[in-house]
Amino acid sequence: MADWRPSCPLPALKKRADVLATIRRFFSARNVLEVETPLLCRAGITDPSLHPFTTFLHQPGGSTGDRLYLQTSPEFAMKRLLAAGCGSIYQICKAFRNEESGRYHNPEFTLLEWYRVGFNLARLIDEIDALLAEICCDDLNLELSERFSYRELFREYVGADPLVASFEELAECSKIRGLPEAGELCGGDRSLWLDLLFSHLVQPSLGRSRIAFVYDYPAFLPSLARKKPDDPLVVERVEIFLEGLELGNGFYELADAVEQAERFDRDLVVRTENGLPLPAKDERLLAALRSGLPDCAGIALGLDRLLMILMRAESIDDVLAFPTARA
Amino acid sequence: MATFSTNEFKGGLKVMFDGDPCSIIENEFVKPGKGQAFNRVKLRNLKTGRVIERTFKSGETLEGADVVDTEMQYLYNDGELWHFMVPESFEQYAADANVVGDSKKWLKEQDVCILTLYNGTPISVTPPNFVELTIVETDPGIRGDTSGGGGKPATLDTGAVVRVPLFVQTGEVIKVDTRTGEYVSRVK
Repeated sequence: MADWRPSCPLPALKKRADVLATIRRFFSARNVLEVETPLLCRAGITDPSLHPFTTFLHQPGGSTGDRLYLQTSPEFAMKRLLAAGCGSIYQICKAFRNEESGRYHNPEFTLLEWYRVGFNLARLIDEIDALLAEICCDDLNLELSERFSYRELFREYVGADPLVASFEELAECSKIRGLPEAGELCGGDRSLWLDLLFSHLVQPSLGRSRIAFVYDYPAFLPSLARKKPDDPLVVERVEIFLEGLELGNGFYELADAVEQAERFDRDLVVRTENGLPLPAKDERLLAALRSGLPDCAGIALGLDRLLMILMRAESIDDVLAFPTARA
Repeated sequence: MATFSTNEFKGGLKVMFDGDPCSIIENEFVKPGKGQAFNRVKLRNLKTGRVIERTFKSGETLEGADVVDTEMQYLYNDGELWHFMVPESFEQYAADANVVGDSKKWLKEQDVCILTLYNGTPISVTPPNFVELTIVETDPGIRGDTSGGGGKPATLDTGAVVRVPLFVQTGEVIKVDTRTGEYVSRVK
């Protein structure tokens, strides 16, 4: 068995350690508190496109027990800490997503997630920019970052408006741009249309030798972002791209418990329609929101993908010691 | 025939797509962090050789194709059909010009090729990676020339035309890489 060896070259381990040290220095200098929250969670995730790993908790000597989930992100637990008044926090942790494997996906991956109390999205973007500049400065020659609205990019690369274009129009644009299968694939599901066209036609061009921030995402795409007060069609969400790769996703965080509960319910309706498991809503998160989430913005960054770019790696396996296949 | 889901699409898997047997070349998982999962798949149509790119929703399925690659010896051409034989069973297959396509210029009697059979019928012929063929015609070159430099065209006994170094002469046997159509060396 030759696969006892790490699948990444040893310099990738060193680079990972350097990146972690840089992140900790960065946040320490800014008085952001490092925290840990459970990887094993009692509440599942309602997002229909996420498939969590599940296991069972047995009491000593017991053979049956409560269902637990491996977290798909530390978001809910970190928001509970925020609601408890801990101030700005960050965490470097593993997250787990079943049914996600490929060149850019390992079912177990490393996230950096942080929340800034009192920040709006623009201030958070500035901080992400500063952190990425520090992490990347030794390996990449990045030009100044760019910021685009989702709608403007979509119009440019797809040729139609993501919010109002008819499905026929989207199908026509897809055909011209080499995706004749799009119409049959997406039918009348606008969020599927947008996921397909953005990931296939827009994303590959984003962030070429500079970081691209994309903001003002359509409101009907799933997220935990606030609606924009002056434009109910979009939410205060930002995505980060570098070298065509999606690195992270940030929000001006939704603090309204009622709206959060409604979004959970909407997710559960979609899950029911698709025959997916129906996890319980995270009541502890809802209770925390009801007790009051401070005004804050937060972001999750995929560190393995960032390492891929720093190491110029072809596959996520080239930056992981032991990807799931040889874990 | 079995059906295969996008997660089973591996290089070399033979599936039916748009009514034709295809071979999967590449399968890339595409998924936005907050969004739905796709597989961007590259397939080669085994009848036409054309490469197609298609996106599927993760979990979609395609029917498997009854396609097998079989080693066969090339026997002869009767003016219309090319005849091949499985050496172990002596079973014979005939392929027409459409199926043999460009491979015909590399086929030398007795050489072992790969025939791709779909539902038992040949749909393509792959010649050996290297073949040894005789030059039937080429301009006389200048003696003393090394293998570098421009070269000249040479017609081979199968009708193929390849560029050879100037010192190679009519009547000589040369080794050719059929994947690139390039001269490799002289054969003593």
